[in-house]
Amino acid sequence: MTITSNEPSVSALRETLNTRIAGGDRFAGVFAARRNGGITLSAQVAGPDGIDTVDTPLPPGAASYPALTPVIGAAFWYERVIHDETGIIPEGHPRLAPLVAPGRPEDHALPRHVAGYGMFTIPHGPVRSGVFESMEYLVETPGEAIPHLNMRIFYKHRGIAARFAGMTISDGVLLAERAEGIASVAHALAYCHAAEAIAGCEVPREAALVRVVHAELERIANHLDVAMRLADAAGLAVATARFALHKERVLRLVGGLCGSRFGRGVVVPGGIAAAPRKGSDEILAELGPIEKQVTADAEALMGTSSFLDRLRGTGPLTQARAREHGALGPIGKASGYADDARVARPYDAYPLLATVPARQHSRGDAMTRLRVRFEEATEAFRLIRQALICFTERQRLTLRAPCDLPDSRATGWAEAPQGEVIYDLTVEGGRIARCQPRSASFHNLVLMHEVFAGDILTDFPFIEASFGLSVAGAAL
Amino acid sequence: MSIWALRGLRDGVVTTRWPARPDEYADSWRGPVTVLRDSVLPVDREMPAASANPEMSGAEGAATFPDISGNGTARADIAAGLADVERLCPTGAIEAIGRLRVDQGRCILCGRCVAARPDLFAWSSGATGPAAAAVARQALIVPEEPETDAAVEAARAALAARTAALRRSVHVRHVDAGSDGSEEWEIQALLGPVYDIHRLGVFFTASLRHADVLLVTGAGTVGMTGPLRVTYEGMPDPKVVIAVGTDAASGGLLSDRLTGVDGAVPVDVWVPGSPPPPFGILNALVIATGKLR
Repeated sequence: MTITSNEPSVSALRETLNTRIAGGDRFAGVFAARRNGGITLSAQVAGPDGIDTVDTPLPPGAASYPALTPVIGAAFWYERVIHDETGIIPEGHPRLAPLVAPGRPEDHALPRHVAGYGMFTIPHGPVRSGVFESMEYLVETPGEAIPHLNMRIFYKHRGIAARFAGMTISDGVLLAERAEGIASVAHALAYCHAAEAIAGCEVPREAALVRVVHAELERIANHLDVAMRLADAAGLAVATARFALHKERVLRLVGGLCGSRFGRGVVVPGGIAAAPRKGSDEILAELGPIEKQVTADAEALMGTSSFLDRLRGTGPLTQARAREHGALGPIGKASGYADDARVARPYDAYPLLATVPARQHSRGDAMTRLRVRFEEATEAFRLIRQALICFTERQRLTLRAPCDLPDSRATGWAEAPQGEVIYDLTVEGGRIARCQPRSASFHNLVLMHEVFAGDILTDFPFIEASFGLSVAGAAL
Repeated sequence: MSIWALRGLRDGVVTTRWPARPDEYADSWRGPVTVLRDSVLPVDREMPAASANPEMSGAEGAATFPDISGNGTARADIAAGLADVERLCPTGAIEAIGRLRVDQGRCILCGRCVAARPDLFAWSSGATGPAAAAVARQALIVPEEPETDAAVEAARAALAARTAALRRSVHVRHVDAGSDGSEEWEIQALLGPVYDIHRLGVFFTASLRHADVLLVTGAGTVGMTGPLRVTYEGMPDPKVVIAVGTDAASGGLLSDRLTGVDGAVPVDVWVPGSPPPPFGILNALVIATGKLR
């Protein structure tokens, strides 16, 4: 259930957001859109019943508005994007440099935020060693410690949100799947949940179960990828190869179910496109050995002291900061802030399945983040098993409810491996008038600024891998 | 760490033998769409296409397509049906003027055309072999025109002459020019135990000065055009550029503004797919460096 409410002015919006955050709700994002001939700010707030949108139309011709960032720190990057995309200035924003727009050459001079003897800036990227997505880290360092870090993500900005406008509803899923390619299923789910909320249609039970299977397989693959990258950073060649092997087996299993190794083309508005090409028994038989080996290798990895020494205490995010920022997914969970959309605002078949309450964590370092991922993977295997047992194979299965969309607007969400994904969808005349995706990667990446307390250059790969984010999803 | 030494032996050899031996997984791969029947279309599409329903998109419209193979079908219906066939594709990969063609460099493998018109379209099969990667952009358009064949032969010969020195040891540099992130996973997989490209003498390098091959992914964003050019220009000759994925070939779904990487660097080998599987990328590397002819 989502509620869209209106505020007359930005100061009223600030007040409303402050009251709701003080009441335990979470600031989930803010974006600007052209609506009814003017610019409207839309803030998203995650509450116990859903994700609510608070709209605030700016006065016609407004060139600026009082920034939210000074009162709500988590709006820092969101307001930079608003400035990039509309040119409107959030008055009082602490650092209004371009984030997703390429900007002017003088914006790209190497920044110096820290002054001192021997301080220099290492520009790391956008073309980096190894197979990475393009982004640039600007590491200010006197040699070992990292007192300041800056990130530039505009290199990969593809204009996904703008591309949605004018697309048909069914084409929109294809684009959502490619907004953040390693979380294709979660993005397709969040998009379709918004479309289904507008249409008011109920996803058939079997389709909802298949959605869970694909979403959880995606989660396992992503967490195995993080484990692989962390093992690689520590130089554990065998562990790296083992997790790469497990990940490949999971991707092949996904490909065997739907033809795409990333689960693309499965989720459609109203349900799923087709039943899995393998029977439940066959999937379970394939999944069993993978689970057994992943569990054993995870245990071995978490018992390898030379590995843990690199992770323990590395890149800590304090509980206070995680709560204040509303850190999503495994990063939030590792710092004691767990707001899992599957539990807090469940969707599809999750309400039907029994979940084991997640363990509480508080250390917030790279080791705890990896531990959370292994726990999530264990839970994912359990959820898949349950979903497959509930899935009844019959001759004439209904896998897709009719989904006719009247002119309206709704918010959809899903828990990606990186954390909560939100889609704000507006439909006019049967087509997408506007669609605004918000990925967990974007919301969480900004936290990387803050986790280098006492860590040095050689900790960098561990911290980056432990975040497990996608630049494509952040830059959109 | 003796525990890891033992764990490393647990599954035996998991590495593929390809290209020395065929690989079942590579052969069973479902690739981009191809035209099933070499159908010469009987009419010039310009005529009454306006009668088609402009709202139609997706497989739901399948039942309303007229059967173009029937001899007794009215010409107007035929033309309307062809416009609908083109409209099936969200990226405009299908062209039905005179002859039905699919541009695999635009195909994002959504499968709508195959679902709606199984009489005209089918999935291509196999991730490896000369047909799974193209040495000329127009070779991605199937079925190929006879004049394309000659151009492809010429491109192949020119590439072979240029890469003759690269056969035994190849160093690869990857640059992401605005991918969705999945291509990076598939390239990373080549370093894993299943594909293990080191066995073929192929290595990834951090320095562009050591690189022979440039693997480019992504739709060619504005921000990456400069860095991509600089990387290409910094590589020593001879060098080969491989465009990995449909986004790199044409921009895919973003093709209204981003049109792939060919404008920024001269592409030698195209691998279609959204994303292409690791075998597809491996196949392109092998073709590009003359390890398979």
